[in-house]
Amino acid sequence: MEIKLQVNDEELRVDVDPATPLLWVLREELGLTGTKYGCGRAQCGACTVHVGGEAVRSCSYPVRKVAGQKITTIEFLDQSVVGRAVEQAWLELDVVQCGWCQPGQCMSAADLLSKVPAPSDGDIDLAMRGNLCRCGTYPRIRAAIHRAAELLRDTAGRS
Amino acid sequence: MTRSLVSRLWPLLLLPAGWAVWAAPSASTTPPVNHAEAEVPAGAAVVPTPDELRSAAAFRKVAEVLRHPRCLNCHPAGNFPRQGDRRSPHMMGVIRGADDHGVVGMRCSTCHSDQNVDEVPGAPHWALAPLSMAWEGLSDAELADSLKDPARNGQRDLEKLYDHMANDKLVAWAWNPGGSRLPPPISHAEFARLVREWIDTGAVSPRGK
Repeated sequence: MEIKLQVNDEELRVDVDPATPLLWVLREELGLTGTKYGCGRAQCGACTVHVGGEAVRSCSYPVRKVAGQKITTIEFLDQSVVGRAVEQAWLELDVVQCGWCQPGQCMSAADLLSKVPAPSDGDIDLAMRGNLCRCGTYPRIRAAIHRAAELLRDTAGRS
Repeated sequence: MTRSLVSRLWPLLLLPAGWAVWAAPSASTTPPVNHAEAEVPAGAAVVPTPDELRSAAAFRKVAEVLRHPRCLNCHPAGNFPRQGDRRSPHMMGVIRGADDHGVVGMRCSTCHSDQNVDEVPGAPHWALAPLSMAWEGLSDAELADSLKDPARNGQRDLEKLYDHMANDKLVAWAWNPGGSRLPPPISHAEFARLVREWIDTGAVSPRGK
């Protein structure tokens, strides 16, 4: 079945079973392999993307459900002010270790910052607890989110 | 005077075991007998009508479904949902949030779509029931009272309540839960039939055991 998608500001058509998880459409049909497969059961967060401005686990979302909605993946994160702040903070604090979970971490962090521009530690813990990191980079992730919030404040102050 | 006498003598008036399903009628229906619950101790003094007995019996089976993990996991009395047939707290520390849909970054819709996807359950408008609809720890009578109270049931009259139980897609999910989850002990059709019978016979709140 042909399904129209709006991925990273591009109108695309894919011919897939409508029940196919979005993750596999992104990776196998569209070649957007920045989004990672972790558990396949929405339990680790590695596959997080944005759909309609909300973080979702793409491994548990049928592609039918996201037809016509704006989908953003890690490849397009730096096209938004919040996404750029997240990427800069991640680089400054050298957050990544093995890196597998980090696309999902960044997408969840950007989702949080777009709704809570100056999150507390508690806000961060609540929002990020569905994103697992087996390298244990959690303290750096938290620090990077605070740093991204600072960068966003600086950006807002200049404009 | 009469009240005082009844309060002294009511233990002598205890019904035989077979009458233990005595039920107080709903204030929001037009039951055949208007028993004044506040003036009569539960289990005594009033002989239930056949309809009341039927209504109470039907509701006890309805209550078994309402207490099944498929229903109760998302009708908790606390701040978090439960999951699985063992009713474990929802993994990842998921919490209710201000609107019963979770918190920023961890919304119900972050993982649950409108259909089951492999092990991840999903159905339309997946969310926690509001605290007014918390069912954990309620007796049969309290459950029935809760269901009938528009202030607690989402402003539903009994017909809307029946429609919700019989036709709502999230309710229906309980019988198609995906993964290895068990459905409630009776079919959805039988559940709906029992809700209908409970309503049509007075929607009583079963007292006692």
